Amino acid sequence: MKLRIRFSKKGPVKFIGHLDILRYFQKAFRRADYDLIYSQGFHPHPILSFASPLGVGLESEGEYMDLEVNTMDSPAVMLERLNAQMAEGIEANCYSVLRDDAKNSMSILAAADYKVCFRDGRMPCDRTKMEEMIEAFLACEQIPVEKKTKKNLLEIDIRPMIRTLSVKEDGSIWMQVSAGSAANLKPELLLESMFCQNGIAFDPYALLITRLEMYAADADGRLVPLSEYQAVSADKLSVCSKEMEA
Amino acid sequence: MMRKLALSDDILLAVEKPARYLGNEINAVYKDKESVDIRFAMCFPDVYEIGMSYLGIQIIYDLLNARDDIACERVYSPWTDLDKIMRERNIPLFALESQDPVKDFDFLGITLQYEMCYTNILQVLDLSGIPLYAAERSEEDPIVIGGGPCVYNPEPIADFFDMFYIGEGETVYYDLMDTYKACKKAGESRRAFLEKAAKIPGIYVPQLYDVSYHEDGTIADFVPNVEGIPEKIEKQVVSDLSHVIYPEKPLVPFIKVTQDRVVLEIQRGCIRGCRFCQAGMVYRPNRERSLEYLKDKAIKILTSTGHDEISLSSLSSSDYSDLPELTDFLIDYCEKKKINISLPSLRIDAFSLDVMSKVQDIRKSSLTFAPEAGSQRLRDVINKGLTEEVILKGAGDAFRGGWNRVKLYFMLGQPTETQEDIFGIADLANKIALEFYDIPKEDRPGNKRVEIVVSTSFFVPKPFTPFQWSRQCTEDEFRDKQRYLSNSIRESLNHRSIRYNWHEFHLTELEGILARGDRKLSEVLVNAYQSGCLFDSWSECFRNDLWVHAFEKAGMDPAFYVHRERGAEEIFPWDFIDAGVTKAFLRREYERALDEKVTPNCRQGCSGCGCRVYGGGVCYEA
Ligand code: SF4
Ligand code: SF4
Repeated sequence: MKLRIRFSKKGPVKFIGHLDILRYFQKAFRRADYDLIYSQGFHPHPILSFASPLGVGLESEGEYMDLEVNTMDSPAVMLERLNAQMAEGIEANCYSVLRDDAKNSMSILAAADYKVCFRDGRMPCDRTKMEEMIEAFLACEQIPVEKKTKKNLLEIDIRPMIRTLSVKEDGSIWMQVSAGSAANLKPELLLESMFCQNGIAFDPYALLITRLEMYAADADGRLVPLSEYQAVSADKLSVCSKEMEA
Repeated sequence: MMRKLALSDDILLAVEKPARYLGNEINAVYKDKESVDIRFAMCFPDVYEIGMSYLGIQIIYDLLNARDDIACERVYSPWTDLDKIMRERNIPLFALESQDPVKDFDFLGITLQYEMCYTNILQVLDLSGIPLYAAERSEEDPIVIGGGPCVYNPEPIADFFDMFYIGEGETVYYDLMDTYKACKKAGESRRAFLEKAAKIPGIYVPQLYDVSYHEDGTIADFVPNVEGIPEKIEKQVVSDLSHVIYPEKPLVPFIKVTQDRVVLEIQRGCIRGCRFCQAGMVYRPNRERSLEYLKDKAIKILTSTGHDEISLSSLSSSDYSDLPELTDFLIDYCEKKKINISLPSLRIDAFSLDVMSKVQDIRKSSLTFAPEAGSQRLRDVINKGLTEEVILKGAGDAFRGGWNRVKLYFMLGQPTETQEDIFGIADLANKIALEFYDIPKEDRPGNKRVEIVVSTSFFVPKPFTPFQWSRQCTEDEFRDKQRYLSNSIRESLNHRSIRYNWHEFHLTELEGILARGDRKLSEVLVNAYQSGCLFDSWSECFRNDLWVHAFEKAGMDPAFYVHRERGAEEIFPWDFIDAGVTKAFLRREYERALDEKVTPNCRQGCSGCGCRVYGGGVCYEA
């Protein structure tokens, strides 16, 4: 049976890197007694995969991993069992049973929502200025930025990767951007480019970035949260702590 | 509410592996500091990944937290990057669970696993804001207590500790805590507590003992300076390891640590008496845990941690009486649960080859032999009962069973070693290769070649071993021995199949000095630390030049500690400890070594080492 679980990652655990989170879940599933399907060989490991690695220092409301099990209990019980084994700051908040032919989340990922806050008063300009900057930024037809790859510097146009971008009352910036293997835009890169355009110094340490949700695109190009894409059922945690305003 | 952290996000983002400083691991224990009487900070003076891998800390953590009136938390050495930031910004060292400064605790316990962590002890004290010298501490400072294998000669660091605990942690920690609680309640002074603690068996309070020296630098006298405390400190041991606490919910770290698996300690101590081996002597008598106890713990710990690997731990697992039953049980259980079993190096025989073939991929694993010396003569001197015949037979059987990799471990510089003995190492490696090439080509495993790796370390005489009297080789001697071996291997017929790995010798000299040093060394340690020595066990951090300078500044000659043969009558810095094995036994063993006489192991016959007094273990087996 193919499953997809969405989880949040907040607080001190934001400093735990992607590979460590993978190892963490492998152990958590054992503690929660999930009947996982394992690979063959002398060192069998469970078949687990993540939609997209989350950078160290970023928080999230909507991380996704795919797994396969032989048998399962009801989604509510499965969520409860897993959550009884979580360290502070990590919580499974949605449990989807997928169609047998469902593709893995990494391959279908198309976009992600992010919220960016500025740590204790380190907002580089006031809200009005930020609004103006965003308006001007979105008005550009092309936004070329230099992206470092393993081999060389590449110039790419990030404008088509920005779906929405706005600043909220509290000064936080919200955005929906392309994600996945075809096109992937990191919020830091977007902001750096925008600040740079306005001659504002960019301090990556000032940002507290939260990934809110990840999406796949359906046949018509509409975005569907990964928890619902090719899903037979999607059970959310009953006491839902998600702050979905977007 | 999320836990607060001692370090800001900016700092955590700037350091390598921030997870070292967060706590928050699965099975970590959090208590409200207001609800406990004693706060105990348990420190491993090395980086997190190393420290998290020691069972000893886990045992104390569990033992202390089992009591409602005590909160035990963990502390590790901040790595050099964070160390620098903490100094620059005056951030005090903190414990992982509460993230509170170490200085707020009642106790700072420091585990001493190897000598090369001594400058890190000073780092931990310094960053905590605790005076380095115990004599300079005030009523507000935590009581600093040391434990672990290095307490079998705590003298080089005695000035930095309020007390040491000599023996196995499970035994008298509760008594010590109760005494502290009573003193605290009665408003008694630090000094009063120390004097009371000194009466608890196994507790050594260095300030309460005076040492005087002969003109040649050796010890003249070592006596208590207050009434009513023992002259000798008796090592404390658990006599029955099958009815004692064992951490059933050990911590599960987020980041990869050295021991990223369940560690099941199947027994303590060793029945063999290899004459260079400190662990084999100080953990006597050998005591096994019962099969039932181990099965129960294995399942509980695997369930509570979710680890996908379990490893058996002991000094010499092949000697564990119920090993076949235990491995059968584990193989059966772990196969169902997809858990890997990692076996410690077993003696190679039909049984171990069979077990190994069940739990590992033969093509990827190697056979390990630790003859420790190249010739039968020298193996008799060191009392290593492994013969060439047994090694060759084991290797031959293994090759026919599909293995083609062999690891061999030796020590250079043991007493009476000659070139012939060293040549014996190359010769043995060559004979193992011949054993392989004697097999008809079509029956040979792997890629039709054998890979033999010879590793040598340098012998460091340790306290409480028969070789405690013996001199350690100089760096030049070590270098010559290493060269000679390297050449001998290169000249051997099968040199293409043999690789030679060697150790650095700078560390060896310092390790030797600290292992058998005395109280006079505290000045050297402070000099070294203040000039920048830290993480000495990490070759990228070790600064030999600074150490040389630290000795010069203190006007001390390192040779005194390592390069001289000690007299039969000499009083050693560690003689005040009663570790069970008597000095007379150790001396007898030294003399037998020089006569090339082997001594039977504890199961073949008791040699009256002195450990029967503990009332348990192999000494009382039928
Ligand atoms: S077998 Fe020898 S070297 Fe190994 S632990 Fe026992 S005494 Fe020490
Ligand atoms: S008293 Fe005898 S049996 Fe017991 S540890 Fe010593 S030598 Fe071994």
